[in-house]
Amino acid sequence: MTERYNLTVNTGREKDQSFVEKESAVIEGIDVSGRWNRMFVPREIQDYDLTNMHKLTAIPGAESMGWCYQCAQCMPACPVDTAGGDYGPRKIFRRLELGMDLLDSRDLWLCTTCANCLRVCPKEVDMIKIMPVARAAAVLEGNVPAELLEMFQNVAEYGNPMGQSARKRAAWIRKSDAEIRVLPKDPGPVDVLWFVGDFYAYHGRGVDAANAMARVFNALDVDFGVLGADERTDGDSQRLAGEPGLYEELAEHNIEQFKQHEHERIVVSGPHAYNAIKNEYPAMGGEFEVEHYTQFLADQIDELKPLLTGSFGNRKVTFHDPCYLGRHNGEYDAPRDLLEAVPDLDLIEMYRCKEQGYCCGGGGGGMWLDGFAAEQQSERLSENRVKEAVMVGADVLAVCCPYEVSRFEDAVKSTNNDGKLEVLDIIEILDQCMGA
Amino acid sequence: MNTVVLLKRVPDLVEDLEVDSSGTALDSEHLKLTLNEFDDHALEQALLLKEGGGGEVTAVALDSEDVDKMLFTALAKGADRALKITGTGAVNGTSELAEVFAQALGSVNYDLVLTGVQASDDIDGQLAPTVAAKLSVPCIEVITGVEAGDGSVTVHKEYAGGVLAEFEMTLPGVLGIQAAAQSPRYAPVSKVRQIQDSATLDEVAGAGGDNGKFSIVVMTPPETGEGAQMLESVEELIAVLDSKGVI
Repeated sequence: MTERYNLTVNTGREKDQSFVEKESAVIEGIDVSGRWNRMFVPREIQDYDLTNMHKLTAIPGAESMGWCYQCAQCMPACPVDTAGGDYGPRKIFRRLELGMDLLDSRDLWLCTTCANCLRVCPKEVDMIKIMPVARAAAVLEGNVPAELLEMFQNVAEYGNPMGQSARKRAAWIRKSDAEIRVLPKDPGPVDVLWFVGDFYAYHGRGVDAANAMARVFNALDVDFGVLGADERTDGDSQRLAGEPGLYEELAEHNIEQFKQHEHERIVVSGPHAYNAIKNEYPAMGGEFEVEHYTQFLADQIDELKPLLTGSFGNRKVTFHDPCYLGRHNGEYDAPRDLLEAVPDLDLIEMYRCKEQGYCCGGGGGGMWLDGFAAEQQSERLSENRVKEAVMVGADVLAVCCPYEVSRFEDAVKSTNNDGKLEVLDIIEILDQCMGA
Repeated sequence: MNTVVLLKRVPDLVEDLEVDSSGTALDSEHLKLTLNEFDDHALEQALLLKEGGGGEVTAVALDSEDVDKMLFTALAKGADRALKITGTGAVNGTSELAEVFAQALGSVNYDLVLTGVQASDDIDGQLAPTVAAKLSVPCIEVITGVEAGDGSVTVHKEYAGGVLAEFEMTLPGVLGIQAAAQSPRYAPVSKVRQIQDSATLDEVAGAGGDNGKFSIVVMTPPETGEGAQMLESVEELIAVLDSKGVI
């Protein structure tokens, strides 16, 4: 007969440890009666209220949040924690155990979906899937930081996050010294449909890069056209920030435009547009050949090199891998190939590069949560990155994501590195060295 | 308490406004219309009243470009009913608009009517009082807070110079809303699209409108002045006045 006992042991907890014993037992002739066959009943060491954990993992796409076994490999990989944000997947899991409702927490909005945690996670807890669906649930409840709401509102109303007139998207083209074919006005087949993007079309520093791109295309005799005012935001950041309906509306619009103009391939200025068109638009019925501009130009490096007759003055250049070109889409070489083709350019690497590249803070909607995030962290991610570029001795921080020029230029100023580090889009470097 | 919100679409100032060749109207080529921001606050205030104490919210608007999407957005935010006033033809100015709204309200059961205190094309804020006059109900304007009572509302009215007053208004009545108690909420696009597929807009034939009493004689951008001269001292001022023969 089996007896059940409660053993009072000093565990510091209210519950006593239970165990079972058979009063008499003989195994292979050996008497193991009483305490000799004692078996402890599994002790409950977690008696948390997991309501909020289950509420989150019940959302389709957010299941993997529950798979975390707290190994903490994600913690040094998380750029937000590195910037003093007291953050990371492991911490989110632990807080969920302790009762946090993620949908009503600041933790919902700090992730930039940079995917560095997923790279190291043995359990494949996928914040890139968890965050958009959890945020979408919060957006439906009206639970969104004001900065982000303003962006949603602008995109919904005008098709760009700046809240600028949709018509003025083509304004930079009229002022450009390059030859640019605007397809809605001048239709017909082209080799390249260039998806210009919001920052290249509207932001002052973006327009510099857009003009540089058009000049480089002209020099290479690229047969290209743009959508002009018919283009809308690619929608990737809106999707990642929790507005799937808005993303779908934008994707439907852009796909319709892409289908209206005959082209061999789409070339995009930004990694987010690249990610959206390559990985997300197919599910919306839009299958297109798409290349980031660095890939498109790297493929023509033999034609490009003879045009690079200027000198970059032996300046030290370091390259910041955009998360959505690098980690998300595996392209590390094309931007470096272009930089190495520039005469008298000394390419140096930062410590955190390529697969381990540090995030600029602008992804996953972070571009429109700058004030919110800055209040939660001891520094901006862009500031952390700029300090690293200065530390390795770079004169120039080269980028190829349209979000980054303004982010890093601001960070250069706010970290008192004004004059020490110049931020340039790779296309601007190429354009400068074309020796016009 | 049943609340009606009068919504108006106004030219979006994100586009440069230009006068057309007739010299009496805005050039419609690049004209984009958007919801008057004060009306957006009126809608928010109505939704807050509903959430606080029940009742129904009806959004009412005159048929115009993209008005359906605006009304579906109001439903997605939480309005119970959307009413589109159709077939009015040209409506010139606030007085005629007030007539159309007042006529349309004849078919609606309401306790309280809210609208924006002003609009970019009605900065003298005459819509709320004119609607109230036509309905023969009281009206208070420049409202920044509304609390529902029993057959009445308590409202906060803002005066110039930061002076606030509290009024009690017997219902039915009209309020011109300056600001809701919180920023207008955002309607997620997926919700708007869902509503667009499942809900319908009610329509009512417009009455009133072009009464021939009003017409635009001329519309022009403000004239550019010569530029101001900044004076640094009283002596300079005296010299200028002296040179003009004023003193």
